[in-house]
Amino acid sequence: MESVKKIPVTRIEGHGLITIKLGTDGSVEEARFHVTEVRGFEHFCRGRTVWEMPGLTARVCGICAVSHLLCSAKAGDAILAAKVPEAAHKLRRLMNLGQIIQSHALSFFHLSGADLFLGWDEDPAVRNVFGLMERYPELARDGIRLRAFGQRVIELLGGRRIHPAWAVPGGVEYPLDEERRDGIREGLPEAKRIIERTISLFEENLPRWREEIETFGDFPSLFMSLVAEDGTWEHYAGRIRFVDAEGRVVADRLDPSDYADYIAEAVEPWSFLKFPYYREYGYPEGMYRVGPLARLNTCERMGTPLADEVLKRFRDLSGGRAATSSFLYHYARLIEILSCVERIERLIEDPALLSPRVRADAGVNELEGIGVHEAPRGTLFHHYRVDEDGVIQWANLIISTGHNNLAMNRTVQQIAVHYLRGGDLSEGLLNRLEGGIRAYDPCLSCSVHAVGRMPLVVKLIGPDGTVIRERSLR
Amino acid sequence: MITLKLDGREVQAKKGQTILEVALENGIRIPTLCYLEGLSPKGTCRLCLVEIVNQNGKLVPACVTPAEEGLEVVTHSDRLAQIRRTIVEMLFLERNHICAFCVSNGHCELQDLAVELGMDHVTLPYRYPGLAMDLSHGGFGLDHNRCVVCGRCVRACSEVEGAFTWGFAGRGIDTMVATDLGTPWGLSETCTSCGKCVQACPTGALFEKGMATAAQIKSPEIIREVTERRPRVF
Repeated sequence: MESVKKIPVTRIEGHGLITIKLGTDGSVEEARFHVTEVRGFEHFCRGRTVWEMPGLTARVCGICAVSHLLCSAKAGDAILAAKVPEAAHKLRRLMNLGQIIQSHALSFFHLSGADLFLGWDEDPAVRNVFGLMERYPELARDGIRLRAFGQRVIELLGGRRIHPAWAVPGGVEYPLDEERRDGIREGLPEAKRIIERTISLFEENLPRWREEIETFGDFPSLFMSLVAEDGTWEHYAGRIRFVDAEGRVVADRLDPSDYADYIAEAVEPWSFLKFPYYREYGYPEGMYRVGPLARLNTCERMGTPLADEVLKRFRDLSGGRAATSSFLYHYARLIEILSCVERIERLIEDPALLSPRVRADAGVNELEGIGVHEAPRGTLFHHYRVDEDGVIQWANLIISTGHNNLAMNRTVQQIAVHYLRGGDLSEGLLNRLEGGIRAYDPCLSCSVHAVGRMPLVVKLIGPDGTVIRERSLR
Repeated sequence: MITLKLDGREVQAKKGQTILEVALENGIRIPTLCYLEGLSPKGTCRLCLVEIVNQNGKLVPACVTPAEEGLEVVTHSDRLAQIRRTIVEMLFLERNHICAFCVSNGHCELQDLAVELGMDHVTLPYRYPGLAMDLSHGGFGLDHNRCVVCGRCVRACSEVEGAFTWGFAGRGIDTMVATDLGTPWGLSETCTSCGKCVQACPTGALFEKGMATAAQIKSPEIIREVTERRPRVF
């Protein structure tokens, strides 16, 4: 009888491995999600200047470049301790909105679309973005167009779609002109049409996914994100809020710079990814989730009219409690895209966006700085210590995907227990394990600051510890 | 006037002109790095090596070799291309040249040379030396990781500014540029903060502080412009 299964996970950003350990009776004893890469970014940032850090840390990832760029610039702001011009904050916000749109579109359409619309039991040769193009060409096209819009926003602001080095400590490198602003405005109507019809399509299909909603990581946990002063959804500033599974606010208005007071990190010998938890609740009870699902649970409203209407329907699913199924990350992602499009519509009309004053020039005025903002996948922290000349002495990057580590493990366990029958590793089970991880849109390259193509491997391990089966999913 | 052959073509030169100057006048590009118009040529980087056909293919640096009557010079050949590519390769692997987040990315003479000479990968192991930066100066920074020890800063400082702040320390592969015999730049008593060294530097080794990735655009031609207006100090 098989007892340990190794499952590689694909269509995520990074290398991962799932192992399922079977008991003597063939039931699931333990299922784990391992991150198997290490990269050492924090180490080789040492000795570089704080002004280089945005461009340097942007290279952590090709998808999340903007997230690191902005977060690093904010940590740099704290070290300069100068007042960043308002226009720079607005321009950075605009870029982050573009980033959330492009990253969420990639996750939903390119990475998860095939699972959702072709089904988890579909042949893997077809269950990919090309299969999606064949079966639902309009949907695939929408995904490509929507992502292109997000990338266009980034390109028009920062000069390139990937790795723009445009945000700097103290502001941004250069202002926005009318022509480029109008370029962003041009793409808005199409983006809005696409996201509205995608939300309708998703909502029509929700009843089909009842079983997945109940098993793809449906369990109580805390949720963490930034929220605005008035409790509105926030992505760039604000303060940290934790809510529990009942939707109650557990902690509020926490200063992001004090993260070490309320977040602790545990280490397990079987993964290179640390396990952050809410300090007050201990490990592992302090498990919390971040990202789109968490942000929709912590905020009181989206703050834009169309997205707020969809948020009501989203909340009706959970009957007033927090949405606790990680499957609903997909739904949350779509709602966030809609809100981002609406926010860009509003922001683009702000004349302050064209101000030529976009950078505060200053030297090193603080020896420590913490930057925080909401990356597409969740709350991102960059924490630097520098010497008097602004040379990095120590850096700590707490990455969105890392916050979800405990929850991803819990999700794998739940899916394995629900779908594994008699030690038989069916295609459908393997695909659902992957799908469960994919719902978080994890970026393992970021989370361990690792590089390369990352197939997820699944291992099935017997009661005696021997590997019975190992599979790489492509 | 002197008559010599450059790549098979007869050209005229004035007495005292170098092969490089004659080539430039005749529209022939020879790659250079340590050479900068306005500074005395030193011939240290060896990128401008050319072959003297009628001296058994002898290799000479074009920037310091005078044009002579009857010389037959080849400026581009497979052999020269390989030598130049290897030189650039060795410059890259000697220190830590990470273009991706360098202040001079896209505006760097070393990077341009790699592109021009087709050096798209290295064949020898990187050395990864652990080198520090000197950010003690209020306006400028020095990153030894990106320095190719061309000496353009040393010559700009002594020959044009007359400050003699910059010099060399160490020997061989360990040679480093240094300010005031190794005093941190910010504590230098001779530096006038004129910034000519920064403008003369071909890479991101010397830069204006606060510059982000790819933001440092230099004007090395100001060295020539200054020396055209007034004679060099030394």
